[in-house]
Amino acid sequence: MRADLELISDWIAPNSRVLDLGCGNGDLLDHLAEHKNTTGYGLEIDADNINLCIERGIPVLEQDIDAGLENFDLQSFDVVVMAHALQQFRRPDLLLDEMLRIGKEAIITFPNFGHWRNRIHLGVKGHMPVSEFLPYNWYDTPNIHFCTFSDFRDLCQQKDLKVLRWAAVDGQLRNHWWTRMMPNLFSETAIFHVSR
Amino acid sequence: MPDTIPADSVGLVTPQVAQFDDPLTLSCGQTLPNYQLVYETYGELNADASNAILICHALSGNHHAAGYHTMEDRKPGWWDSAIGPGKPIDTNTFFVISLNNLGGCNGSTGPTTINPATGKAWGAAFPFVTVEDWVESQARLADRFGIKTFAAIVGGSLGGMQALEWSVRYPDRLKAAAIIASAPKLSTQNIAFNEVARQSIRRDPAFFDGHYLDNESVPENGLGLARMLGHITYLSDDSMGNKFGRQMRHDEYQYNYEIEFEVESYLRYQGEAFSRRFDANTYMLMTKALDYFDPAARERGDLAKVLKQAQCEFLLVSFTTDWRFSPARSEEIVDALIRSGKHVTYTKIDSIEGHDAFLFPIPRYMAALRGFLGRIAKRLPPKETV
Repeated sequence: MRADLELISDWIAPNSRVLDLGCGNGDLLDHLAEHKNTTGYGLEIDADNINLCIERGIPVLEQDIDAGLENFDLQSFDVVVMAHALQQFRRPDLLLDEMLRIGKEAIITFPNFGHWRNRIHLGVKGHMPVSEFLPYNWYDTPNIHFCTFSDFRDLCQQKDLKVLRWAAVDGQLRNHWWTRMMPNLFSETAIFHVSR
Repeated sequence: MPDTIPADSVGLVTPQVAQFDDPLTLSCGQTLPNYQLVYETYGELNADASNAILICHALSGNHHAAGYHTMEDRKPGWWDSAIGPGKPIDTNTFFVISLNNLGGCNGSTGPTTINPATGKAWGAAFPFVTVEDWVESQARLADRFGIKTFAAIVGGSLGGMQALEWSVRYPDRLKAAAIIASAPKLSTQNIAFNEVARQSIRRDPAFFDGHYLDNESVPENGLGLARMLGHITYLSDDSMGNKFGRQMRHDEYQYNYEIEFEVESYLRYQGEAFSRRFDANTYMLMTKALDYFDPAARERGDLAKVLKQAQCEFLLVSFTTDWRFSPARSEEIVDALIRSGKHVTYTKIDSIEGHDAFLFPIPRYMAALRGFLGRIAKRLPPKETV
């Protein structure tokens, strides 16, 4: 399992009801159900991922997150998770509001666009960054709303959200003293655990 | 006709009849003192009777879901693409039961069978039957086999409604429900279509208020018309367009009411073929069973509250071009299941076939069914090896 998912699962209390937005092949929900006795659902639109989830017995719902989440009731989940997908949606800010309407808490992970390698790509080479972790060209990328670690922290502040925990990890999704010290420069993936 | 039976077919099957002499009181208040159900089975029931799957049929379906009755059959059963050894409903693993519902016209007690009280065919006197009544009669059939709990109950359209009803009426008698291209109740438009179908039958002079059998008559025109209308609603605009477009019989307009466009010929053929194989009173009863189904009404429209009792896992499947039971209708069930905290999986399959898509072996759809039932199969006791 991806190391960021490992980290997230450490932050989720046993027996929680979890909604995983963009659940992929269901790794996180599977891990959580097994180790934390959680219940809940994954939302996904990729056909292959949906079938993988079905084969694994993960309750997956084919639903386009951009089309709205009105079918989920107010505060009906303990945690709403979105791993590596926030930057792909039309209005990440409104989505964050929705996540905290549906869930008591939200956990979000996203690629930190402020990472030093991205800065070199853009600042020195003058090109949009393309890397192993972000392997797209500017014109075909699903990532339409990049932000940096600091941008997201500012958004939380603006929205008056409580940041319960955060983590900043490198390309191998490991925690280091330098990613912790200067997350906006050294982390490739940022992880936030927030509530109202 | 198959020259040889395909390896993934259940092969030649013979319908069976179960006679029930315990009276069955129906939702309408009438009681059937005794009745028969005709059914087929595929695969083998395991020692603890835990591997049974019940197939619930839709409006015009019957017990012949898979395989062939004779080597002369032109086509296999109506869901042969999904049921068989190695198919999504795998008869190597599961014991599959498919029956003709009460009120049907394919052998189970219904308008075309003899009413013991009069010695004549029931005809229009056959009582109204509901989805709830069907579930009751299906449960009694399960008892005959010693099946306490179904591994799964599967149905499309009206069949999905039966699976849904099972999940709340007998929550401990099924592990899983697959509800395909279905709805928690009919929409106003659905009921309206059904009413036009019924009126076209009732206004046929050959219908004789439903007593056509006594009058040695068949309301072919009315039933054919009902089917033509129904058929349009089972297809999508695109699928009809792809199949027929504006293809014409002749190079030039004829300025008459004979068949000019190929779609007219197709619909007339569908109507005629159907009116030869189906019974008008049964068609009327089935459309009413659809209209009456509304489990949420038991809790003032709160479907989630009704579904609280359910214990099984659910698979919901809808099809993008289905406008008879659109994806939004399946999603009503999904949302209610989420609200009641149930284990539910939902997939919306891209397809061109409209409502009829549930009968087609669309790869993604078949994979979902296979994956879902495969999980259920893993929990069965290991097969005894002889």
